[in-house]
Amino acid sequence: MKKILMIMLVAAFAMTAVFATGASEESATVSTDGSTSMEKVILSLAEQYMADNPGVNVTYNPTGSGTGITAALEGRCDIGLASRALKDNEVASGLAQTIVALDGIAIIVNADNPVSDLTIDQIYGLYTGEISNWSEVGGADAPVVPIGREAGSGTRDGFESITGTEDICKYSQELTSTGAVITAVSQNPGAIGYASLASNLDSVKTVTVEGVAPSEETVKSGEYKIQRPFVFATLAETPLSEAAQAFFDYCTSTDAASIIAGAGAVPVAE
Amino acid sequence: MKLGEFIAQKGYKDNPRRLVEDLIHMVFLLLGLVAVGSVLVITIYLVVSGLPAIFKIGPIEFLFGTRWASTASEPAFGILPFILTSIYGTAGAIIIGVPIGFFAAVFLAKMAPKKVREVMELCIGVLAGIPSVVYGLVGMTILVPGIRILFGVPDGATLFAAIIVLAVMILPSVINVSLSALEAVPREYEEASLALGATSTETYFRVTVPAAKSGIFTAIVLGIGRAIGEAMAIMMVAGNVANMPSLFKSVRFLTTAVASEMSYSSGLQRQALFSIALVLFLFIMIINAILNVLKTSGGEKK
Repeated sequence: MKKILMIMLVAAFAMTAVFATGASEESATVSTDGSTSMEKVILSLAEQYMADNPGVNVTYNPTGSGTGITAALEGRCDIGLASRALKDNEVASGLAQTIVALDGIAIIVNADNPVSDLTIDQIYGLYTGEISNWSEVGGADAPVVPIGREAGSGTRDGFESITGTEDICKYSQELTSTGAVITAVSQNPGAIGYASLASNLDSVKTVTVEGVAPSEETVKSGEYKIQRPFVFATLAETPLSEAAQAFFDYCTSTDAASIIAGAGAVPVAE
Repeated sequence: MKLGEFIAQKGYKDNPRRLVEDLIHMVFLLLGLVAVGSVLVITIYLVVSGLPAIFKIGPIEFLFGTRWASTASEPAFGILPFILTSIYGTAGAIIIGVPIGFFAAVFLAKMAPKKVREVMELCIGVLAGIPSVVYGLVGMTILVPGIRILFGVPDGATLFAAIIVLAVMILPSVINVSLSALEAVPREYEEASLALGATSTETYFRVTVPAAKSGIFTAIVLGIGRAIGEAMAIMMVAGNVANMPSLFKSVRFLTTAVASEMSYSSGLQRQALFSIALVLFLFIMIINAILNVLKTSGGEKK
């Protein structure tokens, strides 16, 4: 019996060895590092790119825009990912930025809410508790119920950074998916929420922000305010490695547009 | 040892059935070890990945801090709101669920006509089989708006909603365990009581229930275990804001704290989530220990 066991063990080891070596080929690596908000976009792009180009390995390190920019500057990654435009001093220190996509966030209220337009200041007030009743912004006499996403969510990060409400939002609910936010808003007449533009917003009312309705066009033209760029930060002087340049070119090409759109962002490539 | 000698020593040649017997024993042992191994792996992993963040944050600050802001520019990792919410939520579920479950069990065991009992037991079986996400879904679409309208609060996603959902969720285990405890009481006890002139209600509450005491406690502890470990259903009805608990406020439990932030977490935030899981694990261990004590003390009486 021991013999049989031994034979089986040896066979198993041999099999794993064969399979393990079968996969290893000479491969190039493209490393990206940065914004967690860009996770969905960059991972979808990387997945498609790796499927099309076997032998290339695209890695992604979710650290945050600031860390990603520093990593690109210090040469610790090929492409730094930032979900904001680079600051002047960052550009001055030798980085180039390329916008690959735009992230538009829709502000949603209950379908029965008469309010149809809000300014950024009003949104700030509604979420920080300064405005606690809808009558203050021209709505019915009903308490405001701000609904948002969980800490770490890219949509939350985007919304809070654009409206300047980082760490001061007084949420009534923190939900873990866009769908849950939409459902909660659709059920509570006093609710206000935010969701990615790419989601299905039929059951709720999308308000215009400073008179502009969110759409792919208004986000692209910059008229719709609640948006931010998804940026690739690279060293301006030093050229990218061949593999990294190829991936970079792919991401900024029109081929990648449908993948970016699929990941919930607005592609900018024409 | 050579294989031949081994076979000779065990006497497999003369008795092939013994070989089969021994083989089957070994297979069963291996299968048993799967469970033991899983527990070991989970425990070790939780301790190893949960402890660093506790020390990095500071045990006192972590366990008794009242502010949780894991992604703020100055992050705070106090989990007291989660611990208290879990305790209050579970206590609330027990306060509502146990009396209902217990009286239902007394009714089923002692008073219900056979037909009624069959139907009710079937329903309880179905209730036990409903997945927690369904409880959450129904809670989210019916209970949450219901609480908002009934109690006139701005938002129904509150601790109260979570308590109601948990109370219903623990009903089947409370009823089933109490039921078997009540049925295990010897018929003679009740007959003696009735013969002495007690009414049947007196008998049930003065004789049967005290005799089934330890089983009923077991039911309560099982209910606590179920309630404190539930995540999915309450994540959908409790609102998940890291407030200090209050009945009509949105709250976050230990379980939902881990579940809601895990997907996008990184760095210290992720480590802290493991630490929360470790705290939750300790709670469950304590509940299990209590359960074991109850079971052995119940067994001694017999």
